[in-house]
Formats: sequence, C-alpha cells, structure tokens
Amino acid sequence: MRARLHNTIWGTVAWIAGIIFVFPVIWMVLTSFKQEQAAASNPPSWTFTPTLDQYAQIFDRNITPYLLNSLMASIFSTLLVILLATPAAYALSLRPVAKWTDTLFFFISTKMMPAVAALLPVYLLAKHLGMLDNIWTMVILYTSMNLPLAVWMMRSFLLEVPREVLEAGEVDGAGLITSIRKIIMPIVSPGLAATALICFIFAWNEFFLAVNLTATAAGTAPIFLVGFISSEGLFLARLCAAATLVSLPVLIAGWLAQNKLVRGLSMGAVK
Amino acid sequence: MTTMVARRDERTQAPVPPTKGGAKDRWVRRAPLLPALIFALVVTQVPFLYTLYLSTLSWNALRPGDKPFVGLDNYITVFNDSRLRSALFNTVLLTAGAVLFSIILGLLLALLLDRKFIGRSVVRTMLITPFLIMPVAAALLWKHAIFNPAYGLINGIFGGQTDWISSYPKAAVIATLVWQWTPFMMLILLAGLQSQSNEVIEAARVDGANAWQIFRRMTLPHLRQYLELGALLGSIYLVNTFDAIFTITQGGPGTATTNLPYEIYLTTFRKFEYGEASAAGVVVVILTIIVATFALRVISSLFRMEDNR
Repeated sequence: MRARLHNTIWGTVAWIAGIIFVFPVIWMVLTSFKQEQAAASNPPSWTFTPTLDQYAQIFDRNITPYLLNSLMASIFSTLLVILLATPAAYALSLRPVAKWTDTLFFFISTKMMPAVAALLPVYLLAKHLGMLDNIWTMVILYTSMNLPLAVWMMRSFLLEVPREVLEAGEVDGAGLITSIRKIIMPIVSPGLAATALICFIFAWNEFFLAVNLTATAAGTAPIFLVGFISSEGLFLARLCAAATLVSLPVLIAGWLAQNKLVRGLSMGAVK
Repeated sequence: MTTMVARRDERTQAPVPPTKGGAKDRWVRRAPLLPALIFALVVTQVPFLYTLYLSTLSWNALRPGDKPFVGLDNYITVFNDSRLRSALFNTVLLTAGAVLFSIILGLLLALLLDRKFIGRSVVRTMLITPFLIMPVAAALLWKHAIFNPAYGLINGIFGGQTDWISSYPKAAVIATLVWQWTPFMMLILLAGLQSQSNEVIEAARVDGANAWQIFRRMTLPHLRQYLELGALLGSIYLVNTFDAIFTITQGGPGTATTNLPYEIYLTTFRKFEYGEASAAGVVVVILTIIVATFALRVISSLFRMEDNR
C-alpha cells in the first residue's frame, strides 16, 4: 500500500519533469501555428486561431530543395555506411580477423577526431576538385562520420547470433549466403534498422560541415535555418514552423529507434 | 575506475578466437573488413596528415604569393595567442558545465523512470524528445522563443526585462546544451539502473537497509561505470560544440563564449590564417586524444563487465 502511494507520488513527479522537458518543443509546435503577432506577444498568448500560414511561407521561401538535399545526404550516406559497416562488423565479430581489437579501436578513434581539425584540408581538397557545394561531398563525409558508430553497433548486434546455431548450419552444409539469409539476418535485422536510423539522425542533424562546405546548391536543412539567427526583424512563428518541419524526420526516426537509441549512442557498449 | 585496463588483448572477447589459418584463410577473413577500413583511412587520416603539413606553413589565403615553410612557428603563435587560450578555457568551462549538469539531471530522471508508474513509456518518450530536435533548431528555439527579452518565454512567464543571452552568455549556452544532452545521460544511466539485480537490492532491503543506504552503497557504485561512460561520451561530443555557439552568441559578447571549434572556424574562414588554424586544429586533436584515451578505457571496462556477467 505504502509502496503504491510512493509510486504514485514519484510517478507524478516524473510526469511533471517530462512535461517541463518537452515543453519547449510543444511551445515550438504551438508557435508554428500562430500568426506572427500572436507569436511575439508578451505575455505569451495561449489561445489563438491556428493557421498554416507559416508553413505556407517557408515553402514559398523554398525550403524544399534544402529538405531534398538533406534527404539525399542522409539516405545515401546511411546506405553507404551500412554497406561498408556490416561486412566489417562481421569480420570483427563472427569470423574475426587476427587484429580485430586494434581495428575496432582504430575505428572508434576516428570518431573522436574533432571535425574542426579536418575542416580546412577537406575544404581545400573539395575546392581543388571542384566539389564544394556538392551533395556527394556531404555523402562521403557523413559516411565517414557515421562509419565507426555503425561498425561498433553492428558488431554488438552480430555478437548476439548464437554460435552453436551458426556452426550447426555449417555442419549441415549451409553456405555463407544461406547462413546469412536464414540465421544471421532474422536475428540482426532489428539491429540493422536501428543502426540505420541512428546514422540517419546524425547525418540529418549535422551542421558544422554543412555550413562550411555547402551554399545554395547543396545546402541541407540546417542551413535553411541560418537565416533565422539574427534577432533583427525576426519572424518567430515562421522560425518555429521551419524548426518543427526540419526536426520532424528525426523525431520520428528517434521515437521509432528509442529502444536501441542508447546502444547506438554508446557505440554498443551499453545494452 | 577500479579496473584500469586499457585494452583486453590477453582475453579475446569474441565467442571464438581467430584461428591460425593459412594466408588464404586470413585474406578471406580480412576481405569484408577492407572496404570500410580503407574508406576510413583515406577519409579521416589523409586530411589529418594534410593538416599537419599545412600547420608548418605561413599561409594566409588573403595574401597572395608563396607559402613559406616556417616549421613550428604556428604552434608558438597558437600557444602565445591569448584568444586561443581563452577559447581553450571557454571550451573546458562549457563542456564541463554542460556535462556535469546534464549528468546530475539525467541521473535524477533515470531514477524516476526506473520506477513503475502509469504512462512510464510516454514520459520516457517526452524526456528523449529534446535530444531529437535538430541542434541548430534547438539553439534557435532557445535563443528566440525562450531567452528573448521582449517576447521570450522566461520573461513572458516570470516578468522582467532581462536580456538573458547578453547578461549570462555562458549560462544561456550551457542551459541549451543541458536541455539537449540530459536525455542522452538519462538513457545511459537508465540502462545502468535496469542492469542492476533486483534480488540483491531486495535482500538488502530485507536486511534493513533504507532507500538512501541502498542508493549510496549499492546503486551508485554500480552506476559508476555508466556515469563515467556518459561523462566521457558527452565530453567527446560537447567539446566539439559549434552549432549552439554559432547560433546563440556567435562567440560573444566579446569572446565570452568563443570555444576552440568556433575560434578555429573564425581563424580559417574569417581571418583566412590557414597555417595558424591548422596548428590549432592539431592541438585540438591532441587534446581530444588525451580525453579519448580515458573514454576507451571506460568502454573496454564495460566490455569486461559484460563478459563476466
């Protein structure tokens, strides 16, 4: 009885904390449906007639190419990451190469290298090759950014494949393709999906490289938001509409992957 | 850290140790690894080597003509540059502040979520949401919708005319980062809490331990590695904070919130001092390697734990 009362009290506290944390997001979504005048009022206006004007505005201002660029950079880099990382993770887990620990730590060390140290050479190289403001440059960079994460994560999922089953399959004469299709894939595919979602999130949200290496042709979604930095003549409701729109894909991906999120973020170290 | 183990070379953690096959077998094993390895080597190491080379040149892109080799001069400039020193100080302060507060909040929230109550998964979804908002969007949201003196939420709800960003620039940046990173810490710590054995806690409770004693003596030591992991992964991500600075304060007022990534960005693309920026980049890499070494130790000790389970 006492325990139940405790749980009710702490449950209420948890609900309040959750609402406080999510409130700025709710506020952002609410504001995106306001007229500018209602958005910039002080004290804040809680009742208003919802409007889609702001969303219409940002599409008028051509947010679509930015969204498409982000979509391209995120999807292609995620595909490339998965194609590179899955076989690599296999060679670091189920049929490990001799120096697999060193290789794993090499991968993770590339993740720890600050992007700011690579910016100038990448910039100069891209300029030299005429690949500045090119979405494929971003695809390559995002692939290398997410590769270590995906290798570590996929490895942690592959290790869950029971060896006995794999060996039994081999004894029964199952070739590599068969064992991948019949044994490995069914066990690993949720992990594969989670890995892909997390890579997608990081690529979609990336700003530092995008702001320095892209302009009008290959500008990604975060770049569209740069125009809202100055407070002078700010359109708050329009900003909120744009922020909501660009955050939406990641919100959905993150909610879908939420059970595997922690594993991805900790490189597979925490289950 | 109780187990100071950098690497676990003696004990293989894979279910099956690599067999000593012939040369052909070794290459068969290596083949799936090579594309990823070569890709990573080319895309990450080549730029770094190039940075090392650039850091020895006196090269300002605005100044036409040759780029003479100057050896370690750029490094001397970097170490004597008070702007860079203050950027280093700001980096440490912003990173430490954001990591510390997000860990404390994350721990409290994880403890709350570790209990059973109605709608727990809804609350968890609400709590992770800030982490999923695009960082630039989050920074803009806080800058304009929350901190703005005229129509921001804080002044709107509590009254007053405070211009939060110019009065408390560092705190404003840290608050935004903490809001975004608390969910990350919470998820890691929650995983830690849920890996704790219920029976042992039950036994302690039967033996008359109160909630605080259980937390102090059992939960905290158990969480220690998770706290370390959260702190280190958080530091690695947050040390590179650029989005929030670029959007909220542009490093200002003055240089109050200029951290190393932002300062190097300014040196590269505003002052066009390529040589100096490269040297500063190399210094940042070395600092990161120092932090990363600790991170790797924590991660490998977690592997150990997982193995012993």
